Amino acid sequence: MVKSKSDRLYRFTVAAILVLIGLVCFFPMLYVVSVSLTPYDEYLRQGGIVLFPRKITLEAYAQFWKEPYVSDCFGNTVFITVAGTAANIFVTVLMAYALSKKDLMFGRFFTVFCLIPLLITGGLVPTYLIVKNTGLINSLAALIFPTLVSPYILLITRSFFSSIDAGLYESARIDGAGEFRILFAIIMPVSLPIIATIGLMYGVGHWNEYFASLMYISESSLRTLQVVLREMLNRASQMEADVVVPTRTLQMAGVVISAVPIIMVYPFLQKHFTQGIMLGAIKG
Amino acid sequence: MQAVIAKKSVGKKAVWKQLKNQKAFFLMLLPGVIFYLIYLYLPIFTAILVSIEDYSVKKGIFGSAIASPWFKNFQFFFKSPYFWPLLRNTLLISMLKMLLGIPLAVALAILLNECRSRKLKRVVQTLTYMPHFLSWVVIYGMCFVLFSETNGLINDWIRTLTGSSVPFLTNPDSFRNLVIGSDLWKTTGWSAIIYLAAISGIDPQLYEAAYMDGATHFQTIRHITLPCITNVIVLTLILRCGSVLNAGFDQIYVMYNEGVYSTVDIIDTWVFRTGFENFNLSLSSAVGLFKSVISFFMIVTVNQIAKHWGESLW
Repeated sequence: MVKSKSDRLYRFTVAAILVLIGLVCFFPMLYVVSVSLTPYDEYLRQGGIVLFPRKITLEAYAQFWKEPYVSDCFGNTVFITVAGTAANIFVTVLMAYALSKKDLMFGRFFTVFCLIPLLITGGLVPTYLIVKNTGLINSLAALIFPTLVSPYILLITRSFFSSIDAGLYESARIDGAGEFRILFAIIMPVSLPIIATIGLMYGVGHWNEYFASLMYISESSLRTLQVVLREMLNRASQMEADVVVPTRTLQMAGVVISAVPIIMVYPFLQKHFTQGIMLGAIKG
Repeated sequence: MQAVIAKKSVGKKAVWKQLKNQKAFFLMLLPGVIFYLIYLYLPIFTAILVSIEDYSVKKGIFGSAIASPWFKNFQFFFKSPYFWPLLRNTLLISMLKMLLGIPLAVALAILLNECRSRKLKRVVQTLTYMPHFLSWVVIYGMCFVLFSETNGLINDWIRTLTGSSVPFLTNPDSFRNLVIGSDLWKTTGWSAIIYLAAISGIDPQLYEAAYMDGATHFQTIRHITLPCITNVIVLTLILRCGSVLNAGFDQIYVMYNEGVYSTVDIIDTWVFRTGFENFNLSLSSAVGLFKSVISFFMIVTVNQIAKHWGESLW
């Protein structure tokens, strides 16, 4: 194949558009970081437009951390992200593995049972009433148990398990291993892509948890970080005399702290993740 | 006679034996099934019950009196002045997100596939995924520094170019654009994954043969890439149509304010306010249930349509 001039132009155009798209995605994030690092008086002097801060300070971050409830609520978010995701993965994997067995008795029934909530849901208020009646109001458990298994993620996991070579089970079964042993010692190690995938899906949901906290938790020190941040962002738009208005740089420091930890996780899981989501996507 | 009985008991024995063999599987299903029953199925029945009641917190789900007539809450909503504006806003936002979002994601996937530099491809992919991990609260915060009329960066640029600023955060029409734009920014990279996966499954020999025959790049995209991923596009379209009443509650509730209700107040935000701010739990449940039932029929219907295309969700 001859590399023609038009071919090179085409490659260049494709690359240029991609660079532009990358910038559109990345630039707003960079700008927020840039504002958060600017000293407040410098921010005011530039009329709020700080593309490249001339001086850099971490003052806003220190100030955000000292805001009431921030450190508590950061801890809550870390807790529900770690404990919640672990519980999600555990229950989802157990369930999906059993459902993936072709000879499972009542298998058809269980599959339909797990599919129905994908099509019809109770809605916000009825779910709230159940959470209330199961005694979870004002406890971090309300942010974990009511979303223990996502029907959609369960389906992805099940189709992954269904695609594992049946010979793997058979050889283990001949060796006399129990079903739990087979799952944890043989299947789990080859299932890292799917575990990373669903772990990330659940984890992002927990880290960004806002509504469950808003609905189920009124105790200030038990809320999630997102709720505190939203409250702080809105305090500025209400012009009341008795509230201390947080500065823009302080708000942006809050935005960065609420976003960076979950973004940092992604590169570590990326390798597995792309593989896992593709499997999920292809199997549907 | 005896043989029949023997055979029967053997059959029963076999079932018992199979059940016993599968004890471990049932044990694995147990925690999930309990969760499903309590937090996914019970709310559906609660929704039916509470929406036909005059629910009072004191009397509880079972103690509250049935509304008279039982469809009072549904009737109230349909006859209320909110109904049509809410439905219009919901459908408009949802359709715009879908009709702009799918082509953008397909275009991004095709561009990434056409890119010959692996490094650039990886960097752009990572950058376009990133917004998916940000919460709507975080994006709401970002909107302040970018779109604020007094000290937002984008508005500063617009002012330099045109001499006047755009009230993105307070004008109802601009705000709807902001809602749709920020949704595209957050989701396009992520939704491109599925198309990219479909494209990577295309046989490379097809492209080689086409180039041998002198096809241009645009021709290969038009006649190879697009036809090969049509089924995936149709499938995602179906999924999106089924959830056309979900216009993005998470996003809109976090971002909106009273000044822009006229264009972005959707069914879900209204349900949330009715339930948790005005404490009319029965009305809120009724509208939520109505939405859920319509969505259910939508999904079933679009799936029937999809079957004619040779695609199906189940």
